[in-house]
Amino acid sequence: MSVELDVFVGNTTIMDKEVYQLWLNGYTVNDAVKVRIEGGVMEECEASAEVLLSDTMDQYRTFQMCERLLHHPAKLANQLLFQIPPDRQAMLIERYYAFDDSFVREVLGKKLSKGTKKDLDDVSTKTGITLKSCRRQFDNFKRVFKVVEELKGPLVENIRQHFLLPDQLARDYAAIVFFANNRFETGKKKLHYLTFQDFAFCAGQLINNWTLGAVDNIMEDMDVDLDKEFLQELKDLKILITDKDLLDQHKSLVCTALRGKTNVFNEMEANFKNLSRGLVNIAAKLINAKDVRDFFIDLVEKFIEPFSLCLLYMGVIKSCILRMYHD
Amino acid sequence: MPGKLKAKIVAGRHLPVMDRASDLTDAFVEVKFGNTTFKTDVYPKSLNPQWNSEWFKFEVDDEDLQDEPLQITVLDHDTYSANDAIGKVYIDIDPLLCSEAATVISGWLPIYDTIHGIRGEINVLVKVDLFNDLNRFRQSSCGVKFFCTTSIPRCYRAIMVHGFVEELVVNEDPEYQWIDRIRTPRASNEARQRLIFLMSGELQRKIGLKVLEMGGNAVVGYLQCFDLEGESGLVVRAIGTACTLEKISSTLPATATHPSNSSPSKDMKEPGFGEEAPGVPLSSGPPTPLRAQTFSSFSPSKSYSRQSSSSDTELSLTPKTGMGSGGSAGKEGGPLKALLRQQTQSALEQREYPFFTLAAFPPGFLLHVGGVVSARSVKLLDRIHNPDEPETRDAWWEEIRQEIKSHAKALGCHAVVGYSESTSICEEVCILSASGTAAILSSRFMQDGPLDTEHRLSRQPLCVFSTGSERVEGDMGSSASLGFEEVVSPGCGFCHIPYDELNIPFPAQLTYCYCCRRYKVPDVLFTTIDLPTEANVTGKGCLIQARLCRTKKKAQGEGNATVISNLLPFLEYELHTQLMNKLKLRGMNALFGLRIQISVGETMLLGLASATGVYLTALPSPGGIQIAGKTPSDITYEQHISNMQKKINDTIAKNKELYEINPPEVVEEIIGSPIPEPRQRSRLFRSQSESSDEVSELDLSHGKKDAFVLEIDDTDAVEDIHALLTDSPTPAGFYSCNTEIMPGIQNWTSAIQMFTSVRVFRLNANLTNQGLNKIFSDLCENLLKSLYFKLRSMVPCCLCHLNFTVAIPEDELIQVAVTAVAMSFDKEQLLENGKQSGEKTLIKAITENDEQLQFNLELNAETSAPNPLSSPKGLSEVGSHLSARASSVDYSSFADRCSSWIEQLKLKAHTIRRGSVKTTSSMEKASPLPEGRSRSLRSNRSYSGSSVAVVKMTPLSFIPGAKIIKYLGIINMFFIRETTSLREEGGVSGFLHTFIAEVFAMVRAHVAALGGNAVVSYSMKECVFMENPNKNQAQCLINVSGDAVMFVRESELESTSVQTQSATTHTSNGAEGT
Repeated sequence: MSVELDVFVGNTTIMDKEVYQLWLNGYTVNDAVKVRIEGGVMEECEASAEVLLSDTMDQYRTFQMCERLLHHPAKLANQLLFQIPPDRQAMLIERYYAFDDSFVREVLGKKLSKGTKKDLDDVSTKTGITLKSCRRQFDNFKRVFKVVEELKGPLVENIRQHFLLPDQLARDYAAIVFFANNRFETGKKKLHYLTFQDFAFCAGQLINNWTLGAVDNIMEDMDVDLDKEFLQELKDLKILITDKDLLDQHKSLVCTALRGKTNVFNEMEANFKNLSRGLVNIAAKLINAKDVRDFFIDLVEKFIEPFSLCLLYMGVIKSCILRMYHD
Repeated sequence: MPGKLKAKIVAGRHLPVMDRASDLTDAFVEVKFGNTTFKTDVYPKSLNPQWNSEWFKFEVDDEDLQDEPLQITVLDHDTYSANDAIGKVYIDIDPLLCSEAATVISGWLPIYDTIHGIRGEINVLVKVDLFNDLNRFRQSSCGVKFFCTTSIPRCYRAIMVHGFVEELVVNEDPEYQWIDRIRTPRASNEARQRLIFLMSGELQRKIGLKVLEMGGNAVVGYLQCFDLEGESGLVVRAIGTACTLEKISSTLPATATHPSNSSPSKDMKEPGFGEEAPGVPLSSGPPTPLRAQTFSSFSPSKSYSRQSSSSDTELSLTPKTGMGSGGSAGKEGGPLKALLRQQTQSALEQREYPFFTLAAFPPGFLLHVGGVVSARSVKLLDRIHNPDEPETRDAWWEEIRQEIKSHAKALGCHAVVGYSESTSICEEVCILSASGTAAILSSRFMQDGPLDTEHRLSRQPLCVFSTGSERVEGDMGSSASLGFEEVVSPGCGFCHIPYDELNIPFPAQLTYCYCCRRYKVPDVLFTTIDLPTEANVTGKGCLIQARLCRTKKKAQGEGNATVISNLLPFLEYELHTQLMNKLKLRGMNALFGLRIQISVGETMLLGLASATGVYLTALPSPGGIQIAGKTPSDITYEQHISNMQKKINDTIAKNKELYEINPPEVVEEIIGSPIPEPRQRSRLFRSQSESSDEVSELDLSHGKKDAFVLEIDDTDAVEDIHALLTDSPTPAGFYSCNTEIMPGIQNWTSAIQMFTSVRVFRLNANLTNQGLNKIFSDLCENLLKSLYFKLRSMVPCCLCHLNFTVAIPEDELIQVAVTAVAMSFDKEQLLENGKQSGEKTLIKAITENDEQLQFNLELNAETSAPNPLSSPKGLSEVGSHLSARASSVDYSSFADRCSSWIEQLKLKAHTIRRGSVKTTSSMEKASPLPEGRSRSLRSNRSYSGSSVAVVKMTPLSFIPGAKIIKYLGIINMFFIRETTSLREEGGVSGFLHTFIAEVFAMVRAHVAALGGNAVVSYSMKECVFMENPNKNQAQCLINVSGDAVMFVRESELESTSVQTQSATTHTSNGAEGT
């Protein structure tokens, strides 16, 4: 004896936010039912586990049917199959495209290829996010990437328009696309301390200033790729360390600008030459794709680490000297 | 050649990829009507083709216009091989043939394929130019309006109710033709869909002709059904009520009131398929070559409802002698009453069947209700030899209708209302059922002449009520002096017995009406109609269901039919007993919207009775349920019984509280009652052998009210009591009913959610009756629980029009399908109403009566014509009001306004082209408000392409918080879906879920294309699901229907109607003061 078929179809499609989240998180129906029971919805509504199971299955089925529409959010608005109020549509899309920071850190800058997808089970074990959810997030990245890759115009705007995402989420996706396109290395151990939001901020800066779209607002507006000409020109920065006069001029300009604005000013001033050399070297190499990939690791290795090493050294010396100094 | 059909193919979108190589499609469209086909150009390599075709013109007879659908096929062009079909759209152009319905079909319609489902959408424009028909020998019936709504549609007024119309057409089922063996499933499905489309068109046309013959212009309560008889063919049959309707200009004061209020002008709808145990045996043995089995059912014990019943198992062909025949009916009232009744009766007797598919009536139409009448017969199907002469099927239904008629007569009634017919087919056995409510109707809608207004006037004194349940007597005289009909209080009049109390057709307890104290009422009343809005009700109502499952031996042919015939009476009797017990358990005394469905399978019979229980103030308070054991010696047994008794009493008390049933205590003063004062006790007998026993010999009661005794001397009864007590109560905040609205709830919000839920349950072999019963009952209960859970966000809410359909698709499978609407209401109002809901309703009713009246008076004053109804002046007056108000409506954008004016111009042109259009309709067209709105709605939808307009669906005849301003035509769609990849589509649930969603989508799209924003009186009449999981296959057929309408939110109307409202409030206050 068993229920062979059990469906519920509303003229307005009924979707429970909580169940939707469980579905997105990749829970199986049975696990979702367990979570819901623990959540106390049964007592609230005088329902039985059986009712909960039926409801969960039904909702899951609805989401599965909606999923192909969510792949093209613009279609959700003018499809006829499901009657969903606009605010619900927005919720569905936003949540479907939401991602876990811990997941995105794992794939950020990686090629969004089949190979990467195959490794998702490792990511899943590592992050504790279900494989199903990992796949959805990965596929979302890939889908957005594919659509905006060849599009002209501002990246964030393109994403927002094609996927109907809220502003912040669109910016995050822009960062992901940008990182994936330029294959920035983010997985090295030395970069582990950086959060996705740190990278997203950097990506925003790079998109706004270093891409083709940033330079000229004409037809050839491409936000995804770094401006090659610009990178070429960066080579010329070498003069800042080779030419003594320019080095001094640079130093004085930077110092004037930063004086009183940072509490490590003195250290910076003292080590300006080394720091400047690190930066200029990174900049000069950016014309090579390989070095673009290592941009962040280089920044850490060649600038932040020496600088913080220096800070550490200076700090210790300073305290020692202060201690040793007896007048 | 009186018509020109024009179609234009605009564009497509979301088309499927048909060419794997390019991931694109080279689509073109074939437009076919009758035998003429046009093609668009191929639009290469696009999933969103823009054809922008020329207008394809079909010059056709209007007969064909009615019968044929416009068939649009989207194909993928293939240079080397045959073109692949993407899918089809069938467009019913009937709505365009009626001047008052839609004028154009325009919008995105889903492209449907029976194997793949919806595959993209197509944007089309369809128009019809009808040439002036000089009406010689008409084969067509263009212009007759059809409504599924089982009441007079809002925004119309009934001038005449002509009566019953029926028709059936038969054909061979393409699925069973020899050619089906060699064609693809797709071709077969499409042949079937097309055939049914054609047959429905033909049926509608034929019914329309009958209506025209009767002098009507509309069919209300149109109910069309398919009988898939398998090998023996396909029957499409329809019944309805022919009326002459007149459009009310849309801003009448009466209609400005809240539609969910119980205004007397309010119409309700209940396509009850209700049946009730026939007491009088059915006539048998048709003299056709067809073998047939008829059965006779008997009511072994009391008939607690007022149904005709024979008191024993005797099989007779005629109604029992001594039952109220037509003649005896007159004895009840005074001479005037008798005279009036005879008048009505003669008006009705001219008709073959005095049946009405209406379930709700204009005020004053329904005078008395006798009780449920029903008839069933078991037939053996045989191949339909000559499709052009469907006589055998006709004869079958004729038999049943005759029987219904005689049942009604036996109850002293001359009419049957809330009438419906249904079938259940299993292999070659077919059960035909018909049921309705015997009633006495007022003649005022059935005679020629301008009675309407005068009657409305005559109603005026009726509005003078004192609050509470008693009415002022004075009004009787004044209205009677007008001499048109007997006038009864609207609150209780319909409960008064129509039959002769000295010659009651069945044992019943009569008392004086608890409202007016002048007429007799029965103790319990069962009906198939909606609760009349003006009825005095105490507390709230609730859904009551009786469920029964009985095993049956497998048999073939005639033997099988005999077995079924023998089982049916027991089934009905037990259902009836259950209903009665559950009604008492809830402390209620009347059932409305009763619908008994009996479904037959190979090895079992299913019975499901659904109704809405209420406490009618006019009827006596129901007694409790008393349990009696047969062996009182055993102490533990005694204890057991007393425990159970306590449980039952507790439940009754709890229910009374839950449903707020606290009738005003009335002093029991039975004057001159022919019924012996110690009330007759009734007892329920469990075994069939005792069935003819009379019950009065055993008086087990302790008090007056304990009129119902349940003996638990056998296991069946234990099971019964168990079933009684296991019905779980509805969770807090939920109410449920299967009628249009719930008494006691008025403050509906605009939040509605229509839904369909289907469950199929697989049984184990070798179950006992009891086991089966329990499973079936649990299935229904669990389904309800799931619904409550799903809709929990809408609390407080009421599930209205809960319509259960059961079927046995295969051996060991039970299928239950539910369609209903959940409607939220305002809680505060509820609490307030809780205390004096009855009173409130009454006051409301009075107020609105006044509003309506006021209009009539106004109309008279303005026109002072001898025949105010047909006076165009009154209407034009209103029309000009309307246009003045419309100017204050803020159109959202200038563009909208432009489009509305353009459309208006077009419409005017259209009207002129149409030629003979009634004054009223041209008036209506001239009002810019409704038309303007519709256009702005549509233009937004069709061409912006950005979002889809919301289309509401509801099984009710109204939309809360909104006013229906236009009926755009009937929606009657039939779809087949088949799959050979069941697992891939998510199993049976995934398959059906998608299909139902697709059906909804197609209904919405067609309504939107007609210019509507809602479908009312929606119902899913058929959902036949077949699966073969081993072959990974499934097939499903769905038939849905409803009325496409255009509504406007009342809030939007408010600004326009403030003036009117204040005026009416003023007058109604005055009326209340008197």
